[in-house]
Amino acid sequence: MRSRTIPMREVHVWEMPVRVYHWVNALCVTVLCVTGFLIGNPLAFMRGTEAYLNYWFGTVRFIHFVSAFVFFFNFVFRTYWGFVGNEFSRWYNFIPLKRCQWKEIINVIKVDVLQVSHKEIDSIGHNSLASFIYFITFLIFLLQCLTGFGMYAAMSTAFLPKLFSWIVPFMGGDMHVRQLHHILMWGFILFAMVHIYLVFYHDYIERRGVTSSMIGGWKFIEEDVIERHDNKSEDCPKD
Amino acid sequence: MENKQPSFYEEVRGDGISRKDFLKFCATMAAFLGLESSGIGQIVKALETKPRLPVIWFHFQECTCCSESFIRASHPIVADIVLGKISLDYQETLMAASGVQAEEAYKAVMAKFPGEYIVMVEGSIPTENEAYCCIGGRSAKQILEEAVKNCKAVVAWGNCASAGCVQAASPNPTGARPVHKIISGKPVINVQGCPPIADVMAGVVVHLLTFDRIPQLDALGRPKAFYSRRVHDTCYRRANFDAGLFVESFDDEGAKRGYCLYKMGCKGPVTYNSCGIIKWNDGVSYPIQSGHPCIGCSEEGFWDNGPFYQHLPSIAGFGIETTADKIGVGLGVATAVGVAGHAIYTNIRKKKEITNAPETASETETPKVL
Repeated sequence: MRSRTIPMREVHVWEMPVRVYHWVNALCVTVLCVTGFLIGNPLAFMRGTEAYLNYWFGTVRFIHFVSAFVFFFNFVFRTYWGFVGNEFSRWYNFIPLKRCQWKEIINVIKVDVLQVSHKEIDSIGHNSLASFIYFITFLIFLLQCLTGFGMYAAMSTAFLPKLFSWIVPFMGGDMHVRQLHHILMWGFILFAMVHIYLVFYHDYIERRGVTSSMIGGWKFIEEDVIERHDNKSEDCPKD
Repeated sequence: MENKQPSFYEEVRGDGISRKDFLKFCATMAAFLGLESSGIGQIVKALETKPRLPVIWFHFQECTCCSESFIRASHPIVADIVLGKISLDYQETLMAASGVQAEEAYKAVMAKFPGEYIVMVEGSIPTENEAYCCIGGRSAKQILEEAVKNCKAVVAWGNCASAGCVQAASPNPTGARPVHKIISGKPVINVQGCPPIADVMAGVVVHLLTFDRIPQLDALGRPKAFYSRRVHDTCYRRANFDAGLFVESFDDEGAKRGYCLYKMGCKGPVTYNSCGIIKWNDGVSYPIQSGHPCIGCSEEGFWDNGPFYQHLPSIAGFGIETTADKIGVGLGVATAVGVAGHAIYTNIRKKKEITNAPETASETETPKVL
C-alpha cells in the first residue's frame, strides 16, 4: 500500500452564490449552444406536412431566448458579486494589473501548460492565468449579450431588449451582428473543452478536490501554501 | 405668376389621368406611408397645389437599375412622379440635353432654386482615385459636393448610394463610398435596395412634396415607413419557419410545398425592406414568393456576406466558402489534439512520480505538488 501524510487544511473558496452562478451558467451555455446551433443550421427532418400543424422551430428559438435572459441576469449577478464576494471571487483577481499576476501567468504556462518546470503554484482560488482567461470569457459573454439582444430588439417591444437597439446600426446591419454572434459561440465551445479538461488535469495532479469544490465550496490546500498566502507582501496581497 | 410651375395634379390631368386614378394613387401612397385617413387629403391637397419639386438626379458608379425599376412600375403615376412629373431638370439617362446644355440645366436649377431643390443620387462615389468616375471633366465627388451645398435634402437611391453596393464590396478597388459618407450637414434619405421598390421611391417623393420635410428615418438613414420591418417578419412563408419546415434543394418536395427558404441562404431574417408587403411589379410577386431566397439587397455589405445560397456567410481570408462553423470545427479538433497530447504527457509524468515515491512516506516530508 502506498500512502503518505500531507498537512492540509480545508479552505472555503467558492461561496454559495458563486457555485449557483457557475452551474446556472453551465446549463445556460449548453442549452444556448445546442439551440443556437440548431437555429443557425436547422434540421429539416419533416416532410409532407403543413405549417399549421407544427411549431418545433419556434419552440427551439423560444428556449434560446429564455435561456439568454437567464444567462444575462446570471452574468449581471456574477459581475455584482465580483464587488461584494470573498477574496477569491473579487474583480481584481480577473484583471492582471499587477506585476505578480503576470509573473504567476508565466509560471503557470511553464508548470501546467508546457510542463517544463515543477515549481509550485501558490494560488488557492483561480491561478492568475485561469483568472485572466475567465476575464476574456466575460468579455465574450458581454459581446454575446450585446449582439444577441441587438438582434432580438427588432422583434421585441420590451424595455430591456430595446436598450440594445443601437447595436445593429452600430455594426452596419443584422448580417454582421449575426455573423459575430455565431463566431463567438465557438469561443464558448472551445472554452468548455479546455475548461473541462483542465479540471480533470488539476484534480489529477494537484488532488486538491477542485472538481468537488464547485459543488461543496471547499478545497484542500497544503498548510505551507496557506502560510505563504497569509504572509504575502502588500503589493500583491491576494491571489 | 407667369413663371409658375404647374402642379403635379395639373401635369397628370394633362396626360389624361382621371381624377379617380389620381385619388387612388394618393390613397395608395398614404397607405404605404402609414398615414391615417386624413393624410390622404393632405397628399391630395399638396399634389394639387404645390409646384413640382426641382430635382437634380446624378448617376455615379451604378447600373441604372434604380431608374429601371422605376420605369417598370406598372401604375403610370408611380413611374411618372419621379421620372416625369417632378421637375427632373437633370437626369443623365432620360434628359434630351447633352454636353454643355446638360451641364447648364443643372446649374440653372442650383441658381434658380437655392435651398429648395432636391439632389437625388444613384451610385457610389470613388475616393481611391476620383478619376474613376468623371462627368464633364469633373469628378463625382466634386460634382456632388458642389450640388449639395445649397440643396434642401439628398435622396440616395439604392444600395450604391446608400451603402456602396457591389462597387464597395471587397476589395473595393475604386474606394467606393456611399453618399452619406461623402457629404455632411444635409439630411440624407437612404432608399435602400438593389434596386429599391418603385412604390417606395414614389412614396419618398410624395412624402417630401406633401409634408415639406424628410420622412422619419431609422438609425441607418432609411425611411421607417418602408424599412422598419424585416422581410422575414412580413414573409408569407414565415409560418413554415416557425414550424421547422425547410426547403433543402430547389427541386425537393419542400420547395413544391412552399416551405421556408432559410436553409437555401435566405437573408430575409437579416434584411429590412417592404418586399413582403408592397411586393414588386405592381404587387405581383417578390423573390421569396417566386421561390428564390432573399439576397438581402437592402443591407450594407450584402455582397460580402455571401454566397447567396448559403445561410452562414463565408469568412474572408480563409478561402472560398469557409464559414465560421468550418473554422470552429478545425479549431475544435486542434484543441482536442492539444488536450490529448497534454493528457498523455501528464500521465507519463505522474507515473514516474508514483513509481519513484517511497512505499510509505514519512510525515515530515514536504509534499510535492504533482
